[in-house]
Amino acid sequence: MGQTPHRSAHAGTGGPSVPSSDGWSAGASARVADIPGTPRPPDHGLGGGDALPRAKAFGAEKAFRGLTMAAGTAVLVIIAAIAVFLISKAVPALRANTENFWTYQGWSPNQTAPKFGIGTLAFGTVLSSALALLMAVPVALGIALYLSHYAPRRLGTALGFLIDLLAAVPSVVFGLWGRDIFVEPVRDFSVWLNTYFGWLPIFGGDGPFGKSILLGALVLAIMVLPIITSLSREVFLQTPTANEEAALALGATRWEMIRTAVLPYGRPGIIAAVMLGLGRALGETIALAMTLGITFGISFNLIQNGGNTIAANIANAFGEANDTGRGALIASGLVLFAITLIVNISARVIIYRRREFTESAA
Amino acid sequence: MTTTVTTHRPRPPARPVTLRARRLPAYAAPAVALGALLAAAGIVYGAGIGGPVLVVVLAALLYLVGLFVAANAVEGRRSARDRTWSALIHSAFVLAVLPLASVVWTLVSKGAERLDGNFFGTSMNNIGARDANGGAYHAIVGTLEQVGIATLITVPLGLLCAIYVVEYGRGRFAFTIRFFVDVMTGIPSIVSGLFVLAFWVLIVSPWFNDGRPSFSGFAAALALSVLMLPTVVRSTEEMLRLVPAPLREGAYALGVPKWKTILRVVLPTALPGIVTGVMLAVARAAGETAPVLLVAGGGAAINVNPFENNQSSLALFVYQQAGDASKYSPARAWTAALTLVALVLVLTIAAKLLARRNRLGR
Repeated sequence: MGQTPHRSAHAGTGGPSVPSSDGWSAGASARVADIPGTPRPPDHGLGGGDALPRAKAFGAEKAFRGLTMAAGTAVLVIIAAIAVFLISKAVPALRANTENFWTYQGWSPNQTAPKFGIGTLAFGTVLSSALALLMAVPVALGIALYLSHYAPRRLGTALGFLIDLLAAVPSVVFGLWGRDIFVEPVRDFSVWLNTYFGWLPIFGGDGPFGKSILLGALVLAIMVLPIITSLSREVFLQTPTANEEAALALGATRWEMIRTAVLPYGRPGIIAAVMLGLGRALGETIALAMTLGITFGISFNLIQNGGNTIAANIANAFGEANDTGRGALIASGLVLFAITLIVNISARVIIYRRREFTESAA
Repeated sequence: MTTTVTTHRPRPPARPVTLRARRLPAYAAPAVALGALLAAAGIVYGAGIGGPVLVVVLAALLYLVGLFVAANAVEGRRSARDRTWSALIHSAFVLAVLPLASVVWTLVSKGAERLDGNFFGTSMNNIGARDANGGAYHAIVGTLEQVGIATLITVPLGLLCAIYVVEYGRGRFAFTIRFFVDVMTGIPSIVSGLFVLAFWVLIVSPWFNDGRPSFSGFAAALALSVLMLPTVVRSTEEMLRLVPAPLREGAYALGVPKWKTILRVVLPTALPGIVTGVMLAVARAAGETAPVLLVAGGGAAINVNPFENNQSSLALFVYQQAGDASKYSPARAWTAALTLVALVLVLTIAAKLLARRNRLGR
């Protein structure tokens, strides 16, 4: 086209009054309108010049939007449904309970006069998770720092990949390993502790040793180790290189660089990783059901056979539970749900609040 | 040009000026290590308080102390701290590798024992305590069906939910959904099992089953999808956010409606990342034991119908064989564990490789 088309305000108006000096008009609609005798098309569509096409009341857009919104709401519905259904099944069993649910030490809900209490189980859950985190977190952070800042780059990447894979190993495998293999060294260690540190109440008692809180907590620690490691490694790797180089340029040693540049930057990420590990430790079922020597009773003794957690008790007692027994287990699951919900929500609140300050990808 | 001949020459100082700080000689660390080992052996065997393991542990502690003292004397306090922390971080790595390596080694060496055609071709039906054979065919079928159904439920729901959160959701409601997806990540698997037990097995399934509650593989799939949903939503969400805005804007500029832009432009771009997230979620679900134990019941015979009667799964098979008294069951448990880990690792490795090839990066 040799001609420059009209660039004008009225080129698009499409009326018959458009002066068309060369026979080419600006738009298709104008051309149609130019033909004499053709009735003028109604005032919409291309070149209509008025408002954009209005949204249809029920179009694909609305439908799709509604569909996605329904899916989003489903998450809220599921969480609410978990609470509602657990409560509805737990209440009859709690009514039938002839002892105090919070303080009674024991679990025999299948008798004609059901007796069960959550105290020992909740205590065991918290104790084993806390111990596991106490052991796992320093080691996991050490490994993460090793992989991100000490190891040669290639080795760090390869080992990081390996750790990611270990995070995917199912818990039942760790449970099996803890019960068949790891129990031997832990038993020897417990006997040693008992011999030389038996005067401490946590290492006291006179056996048998082995399937103890210590074993369960160690297995838990080994299980959450890869999770905390891989999350915090990613956070450490995201430290801005400029910060690290600035610290080194000021003469900091490698450890000082880590303490002043890497750790403060990664703190929200570390908290998130630890909380995620805690969540997994609190809810861990099968590994603990296989490694703890199931007893009821609150005791701080770490090395004698014993220990129990809410989740492990559910797995162990489910097989021979009758109707009330199932309700009692569901009630204990409700308590576990509440504990993990509190832990998770507080962790998320910490992360969201800190994110406003640091803008780090936690 | 010999006008200015300096008469006095700079004399070398009495002691050579060193620009570099004094460093520990290269042999210092091995020497300290050897000394620590000897001292530890002397203490442990002299006092008769333990064996070689204690020697190594004590030697490691003495090595840390000795290194700090030596470096403090020669190089100063800051460098001493740096060296000690470096040693601690390296030893954290060694400490964690030992149990994890033991898990892998045990898994392979014990799992190879029953790795034969019989194991993969038969079920546990009519296998008594004195029978050496018997296999996991029924469990493999169960795992595949349950995880497959769970994926079919989770993927559409998760995708739509993530699309809502990223593309449509605004304000408080979308924030609430995001928050609760995060919280849902931490729901313990046993709680999701109890939820499906209370909701599906005890309340809904009697309608189809003459009023009696019935375990089924489908119930297990429901429980697994509760666990998979947050993982899928989170990873999809991250991937959708990585899609460059100009791609969307280009589509809008061409007059493509929003829903079609999402389906035809945004989702295909983010697809590799989404697939990675789904595969990781599947790998996690395949290893879950507790929900399957609670709602599928487990069984010894092959049951290919997921909607009726008990079904087993690989993870549950491991747990049940581990609790069995027969002398042949540990071998079966370990082989099933090896199979399960192989399945999970293949999925995870494939997902990671896919993520590495992803153009959007991470």
